[in-house]
Amino acid sequence: MNCDVCKTNQATVFLTQIVDGKMQKVNLCEGCSKEKGVTDPTGFALADLLLGLGAAHEMERGGGVQKCPTCGFSQADFKKTGRLGCATCYTTFADGLASLLKGMHKGTEHVGKVPARQARSLERESQLKNLQRDLRKAVSEEDYESAATIRDRIRHLDTE
Amino acid sequence: MAIHNILNTSGEWLRGEGPHNQIVVSSRVRLARNLKNFAFPGWAKKHDRLQILEAIKPQVEALPEMSDAFSVYSQDLSALEKQVLVERHLISREHAAKGVGSAVVMNRKQTLSIMINEEDHLRMQAIRAGLQLKNVFKMIDKADSALEDKLDFAFHPQLGYLTACPTNVGTGMRASAMVHLPALVLSEQINQVIQAVNKIGLAVRGLYGEGTEALGNLFQVSNQTTLGEKEDDIIARLHKVIEQIIEHEQNARQMLLQKKPKTLLDHIGRGYGILRHAYSMNSKEALNLLSFMKLGIDLSFFPEECRQPVDELFMETQPAHLQKGTQQKLAADERDSLRAEIIRAKLAGFPRPDVGASEPPPPPPSNGGTSSQN
Repeated sequence: MNCDVCKTNQATVFLTQIVDGKMQKVNLCEGCSKEKGVTDPTGFALADLLLGLGAAHEMERGGGVQKCPTCGFSQADFKKTGRLGCATCYTTFADGLASLLKGMHKGTEHVGKVPARQARSLERESQLKNLQRDLRKAVSEEDYESAATIRDRIRHLDTE
Repeated sequence: MAIHNILNTSGEWLRGEGPHNQIVVSSRVRLARNLKNFAFPGWAKKHDRLQILEAIKPQVEALPEMSDAFSVYSQDLSALEKQVLVERHLISREHAAKGVGSAVVMNRKQTLSIMINEEDHLRMQAIRAGLQLKNVFKMIDKADSALEDKLDFAFHPQLGYLTACPTNVGTGMRASAMVHLPALVLSEQINQVIQAVNKIGLAVRGLYGEGTEALGNLFQVSNQTTLGEKEDDIIARLHKVIEQIIEHEQNARQMLLQKKPKTLLDHIGRGYGILRHAYSMNSKEALNLLSFMKLGIDLSFFPEECRQPVDELFMETQPAHLQKGTQQKLAADERDSLRAEIIRAKLAGFPRPDVGASEPPPPPPSNGGTSSQN
């Protein structure tokens, strides 16, 4: 049996981990097991390795052959490494990743920390969306006085 | 600050003052972050990695927490120096394998360590002794907030922080506690505990050898998922579970004392005897025997003064720590005899286990001057 990481050397280290009642197996050669730190009981590398390999396998079943337009990363590369190429890969491979993330995590939506800068721009975006909706409503009701006020507020937000 | 300042002084967490520090060795939280407009380190071209490094490193060094930091490019560390940092959990094994294009910055107390261009552009971790996950998270969260003000992190409104591996996406946070559970192992309850913890989405890891025995009876409990749950909730859940594990371990210790005192004393006595008299010992055997010494101290079979030296040996008997004092690289058998020597020296003044009321004292050694009665 060949090593799951380098695919060339004979596997001599066999690992099994049970997470959430699901058994994951990985076979490694001497060299890769050392490099990946599987002999380090307190390291994080083992979990990452196991989950990464499992993840790639599952996504492959989802099919698709596209490459990431930003970094040129492909599905095959993901299978090989269990890692993605860049932030845009999350959009490029969104379909395959969706089911993968669902199985892997507690939820599908981030509910934790948001970087302060992003929080401000997210806030502005949602404000803008609301104003545009109000504007359409005002116009459709021929309430041009309100529409003008809303338009000014949108302009103000845009130039901020 | 120079590398020898780090190598020659142990980190704050190794000196072991912290809540529940008899059972919880350390608490650790790490965050993964990436810059918006660059490929992740594993996929980025060398030129890009260098650009990323030069964008991040000065910002990390400018953190108030890093005012007296040790900051070094990966290629400027020797293999042995890297290994010492790995053994102290200040860098990961993966990071130790990196050369040009990566770096690490750590504070003097060795409680905060930030790896640049590991699997993600930033891997930031805080580590403290004992059970104090909340404090540890606060430390690293503060550093993260300061950095996000200067650096543009890859963040997706639905998926959160984007990471090279999808297992880290969302909070990018892995929180863990290292726990010492000799009584749960001895009483064969450890598997039940591991299974129960797994069921609620947390992972328990040890180095599994024969059966389910972990190296040195040390286990790491950590969160498994990073998406769909707030950082504070993950930390609180983990904290609660660790508290329960502590209780189980303490109960198991009391049970052993009452129901199987001989088994318990046998393990502690053998640990003491072998550690004090061996001339060759590999690191696995050392950790397993030291674990029973530690248990013996927790149960007052040894005086409290013995705790510090034993805790130190857990780290000092690791292969790289062993060799940092020697000039050349040692072969395995040379390391084993050096390890035994260091342990013998450190335990030389240790009294025999005081078994007190739980067991009749061993017969006094026959005195050379008086003739024996038989």
